[in-house]
Amino acid sequence: MKPLVILQSVSKTYRDITALDKVNLEILEGEVLSLLGPNGSGKTTLLKIMAGIEKPTSGEMRFKDASVNEINTAQLRLKTTMVFQKTTLFSANVYQNIAYGLKIRGLSKMETRGKVKEVLTKVRLEGYEKRQAKKLSGGEQQRVALARALVLEPELLLLDEPTANIDPKNVSIIEDALAWVNKQERTTLVIATHNMFQAETLANRAALLLEGRIAKVGTPQDILSLPPKLLANYARLENIFSGISRVNEGGTSTIDVGQGQRIEAAFQKDGNISVHIRPEDIILSIQPIVSSARNTFVGRITEIFDLGSSVKLKINAGKDFTAQITKRSFNEMGLNLNSKVFIAFKASAIQTI
Amino acid sequence: MAAEIVEGLLKALQLIFSGDPTVVEVTARSVLISGSATTLSVLWGLPIAAAISLRKFPGRFVVKGIFNSLLGVPTVALGLLLYLVFSKSGALGFMRLLYTPSVMIIGQAALITPIVVSFIANAIESVDPEIKDLAKTLGASEIEASVAVMKESLNGIALAIAASFNRAIAELGVALMIGGNIAGVTSVLTTVIALETNREPTPELPIAWTIILLIIVFAVNITINFIRRRKT
Repeated sequence: MKPLVILQSVSKTYRDITALDKVNLEILEGEVLSLLGPNGSGKTTLLKIMAGIEKPTSGEMRFKDASVNEINTAQLRLKTTMVFQKTTLFSANVYQNIAYGLKIRGLSKMETRGKVKEVLTKVRLEGYEKRQAKKLSGGEQQRVALARALVLEPELLLLDEPTANIDPKNVSIIEDALAWVNKQERTTLVIATHNMFQAETLANRAALLLEGRIAKVGTPQDILSLPPKLLANYARLENIFSGISRVNEGGTSTIDVGQGQRIEAAFQKDGNISVHIRPEDIILSIQPIVSSARNTFVGRITEIFDLGSSVKLKINAGKDFTAQITKRSFNEMGLNLNSKVFIAFKASAIQTI
Repeated sequence: MAAEIVEGLLKALQLIFSGDPTVVEVTARSVLISGSATTLSVLWGLPIAAAISLRKFPGRFVVKGIFNSLLGVPTVALGLLLYLVFSKSGALGFMRLLYTPSVMIIGQAALITPIVVSFIANAIESVDPEIKDLAKTLGASEIEASVAVMKESLNGIALAIAASFNRAIAELGVALMIGGNIAGVTSVLTTVIALETNREPTPELPIAWTIILLIIVFAVNITINFIRRRKT
């Protein structure tokens, strides 16, 4: 795949605050790149620079092999668009909101009407044209914002935490629309997200941004399975346990994580240690698990979070564990609050942080 | 006293509904002068307000501060200043505008310009700052994005215009000092109410004008509120 956007040593400072520090990154045509990083790591600034609404303090951005400068920024804005984290809508009805960009591009009323109708189907808001956009629910408002971007058929669509703070049903609709636009229209997507599961399911590649610098670029699995020390500060890391580790004869280590619980890890380390297990690496069953996994526990479900296509469960098994499974598995097992479950994870799934 | 007021009120209503030529003439002149002054102040005040609120330039806050301070200028002080400027020996005396409706329009426009500038600038500044970025990311140019922000502040702009018109039509100092209350030429509602109350043997005419003035002020506010409610 050819690069659509090339960022070369891009820095951005606001007075004495460095938001981006010599960022080098390529966005490939037709890919979905997820941008991971804690709050304040520079994700939004990076997206705004790619959208042409912020200028880098230094460095160069190339779009389709042409350097972006003050003269052609307006052209860039016609080919890329951004959906903000905080849903921002014009004080107008849904139709007027979605038609805004088309009007700027000089489309006729008839063409506009057709395109608005079509895009509303994609975000499942058929017949909402005359509704006041700001009076819709939070999730519906974000779907209008997405429709307003999709209707422009941009070459590059930038999304800043598009599903933060909205309910699972709306998350699922937005994720479906994003997957569709990438597959059918070959639109390149860059999604800033905190949701690791979303990063893994939607994206081909992921970039980790820490303190304004690109810390790592790779597949989502590469990034999520190798949390560097800095990742310990990253919001929403679950299943973090601390305790004393002792090396076993068999080459593994046993970590006493308190409350009578021990977990076995595939590395050899002695002394105080903090470890992390990805929620996706925890296997869940309603019957005792017979497998090669070195760690098995029994507990009860204490919390259930519906994430749209997946479900996150908090399980108390002496210690609190968080597991993430597909919605389908959740339904098939007929799980509920206080259900008794067996959990298992491999010794190799435990990573030090 | 109460009976006199009630009697005056009834006679005033009779005057209004019978279409008394003096009442109609003074009312029409008031609306025309204050309406023109409001239009004029919006024509020059809106670009200033837009510049203050949407552009970043050195001294922006000083300009804003000056307009905010001018909100409280006493009308008689402004009337006196304009009288000195437009009187025969004044800087603009050669224009021979003193005691004409034209100078009253200019005077009222000057009086309400700080309201137009300050209120509209505040209205624009209160719009979600992301609206401008949003418009840009949807392909808008700098000017188109600024227009989008101003559209979002239409409610505040409407309120600023209504407040300005009300201030213009209800002020006395400027109208009296540079208009002179010349019957048939520059007399407006406030000047006739102020100066002719004692001259009239019965108070029905001033009461009629006061009622009309209040009706105009209420009508403007109700209309603006109606438009604002329909917009939201």
